[in-house]
Amino acid sequence: MADAELASAPPRRAAMRSETALLVLGLAILVLAPLAAQLLGEPFYVRLFTRIVIMAIAAVSLDLILGYGGMVSFGHAAFVGIGAYVTGILAYHAASGEALTTWPIVIHGSQNAFIVWPAAIALAALAAFVIGLVSLRTTGIAFIMITLAFAQMLYFVVIALQKYGGEDGLQMSDRSRLFPLDLGDRLVFYYLVLAILVAVVAFCRRLVESHFGMVLRGCRQNERRMRAIGFPTYRYRLAAFVIAGALAGLAGILLANSQNYVSPADMAWTRSGELIVMVVLGGMGTAIGPVLGAAAYLLLELLLGSFTTHWQAIFGPILIVIVLFARRGLYGALAGRPTDG
Amino acid sequence: MADALLATENLIKQFGGVTATDRLSLSVMEGELHAVIGPNGAGKTTLVAQLAGELAPSTGRIRFAGADITALGMAARARRGLARSFQIASLCREFSALDNVALAVQAQGGHGFRFWRAARADEALRAPARAVLAQVGLAGRQDVPAGLLAHGEQRQLELAMALAGKPRLLLLDEPMAGMGQADAALMIALLRTLKRRHAILLVEHDMDAVFALADRISVLVYGRCIATGAPEAIRADAAVRDAYLGEEAL
Repeated sequence: MADAELASAPPRRAAMRSETALLVLGLAILVLAPLAAQLLGEPFYVRLFTRIVIMAIAAVSLDLILGYGGMVSFGHAAFVGIGAYVTGILAYHAASGEALTTWPIVIHGSQNAFIVWPAAIALAALAAFVIGLVSLRTTGIAFIMITLAFAQMLYFVVIALQKYGGEDGLQMSDRSRLFPLDLGDRLVFYYLVLAILVAVVAFCRRLVESHFGMVLRGCRQNERRMRAIGFPTYRYRLAAFVIAGALAGLAGILLANSQNYVSPADMAWTRSGELIVMVVLGGMGTAIGPVLGAAAYLLLELLLGSFTTHWQAIFGPILIVIVLFARRGLYGALAGRPTDG
Repeated sequence: MADALLATENLIKQFGGVTATDRLSLSVMEGELHAVIGPNGAGKTTLVAQLAGELAPSTGRIRFAGADITALGMAARARRGLARSFQIASLCREFSALDNVALAVQAQGGHGFRFWRAARADEALRAPARAVLAQVGLAGRQDVPAGLLAHGEQRQLELAMALAGKPRLLLLDEPMAGMGQADAALMIALLRTLKRRHAILLVEHDMDAVFALADRISVLVYGRCIATGAPEAIRADAAVRDAYLGEEAL
């Protein structure tokens, strides 16, 4: 026994040090780089970082169910899309002055973040509840296929909404209003998004160490055992699925605001696939890894895409090498924290 | 029969044309250690699965602590105090031994939907979990990931997880499976300390263990119970000898 403890204790401490170093460095880059870009008159890079951070929020939310819960959801972009479309549609009605519904209750459009954002998050959570209720009856390949099917259904619903642009997507005249912040200011919006990412990562880290989180992680390792000791595992997995869906909805709200535009492409199955790649690339079950994954994915897309339009032909092998050689992805390679479930 | 803690009434389980459990009526009294033996294919595993709630019987009912639990699932039965151990160690392999047992304590307390406080700092879970680990002889191994424990230790941890919920009845599916002589002897000694404190239904291949521990033995052949009685009576039973034990085994 002694050797096992001796063998594991020092690397664990060293890993925590390198994790702290990684966090400080990463946060410094995220805080300072866009500021520098703005001062140097390169707003493109502020937009790029905004997109990275928003995708990171979506990827972290997916990690909660994929990495910690062992649920390979292939439809996570649907919740991002719901968040984005609720924001876009309410903004559209606010601009046109026409009510969204008149019966049985009158719903007006809105640009007020204190109304729009909770509504969008609630709707994403509700969708996750309904989809989870059905999908979580299955596991493995069937679960992957059912989540994909639900996401595709929503994708085609959105395309059928001719009033809201159909395939072309929906332009927003203006960003949400979040008093007292001026979200129209590129940098203010970026720092808000970054603050939300930090909060989401901290929340997820806390959640997975809680009583609930231990049950969720136990379900990934051995669901049958968890039921045998008395946990109704379905409910726990469903709760995690809803939390992840709500957080993805939040990412969707920010995405719509960042591009002043929502599009069916934001909830296409390829986007769900990209989110999975970000999580796996960055490191599953780490909450911080997906942030690295999102950054690496979008930066590589930009870099490789500048050489060739077939950038994925280069990206694919890189992904394979990282998955094969770095346990827990980039996070594992950089922070090397031993796994504890 | 009226005050049996666990009782099956005419339990039948059919898979297509095969009857794996055939009109089985078994009981376990409070404080009793009732062993079920039988050759391979006798339906022992199927019986355990039905008792644990993993498999629904075709007909018949299962009563536990005065209530009909036939329709309850595995988790609900566990919360009522029917704890099981698995034949092949079934653990959360990446979690430490202590994490595993703490989860079992947590399950019984119904503390699942708490989203904020760190579970590993919750002494209300850790202290009882450490006590149970000490009870099964794993005190020094609490921080080792379950998947890295030796085979015998994993069996001990299986038992610890079943005990952690303070169960009324332990359903032990071949706790000695795959163990060497020394480990098996330790496990027998451990089960002896648990006798009387918990009712136990022991499904086991190891004849030494069964005859050393059991108050009552039932012999299962082709899903049917061909004899139930005290160890001496079973040892002497001609039908049991014919069907299963063989002359040299006794």
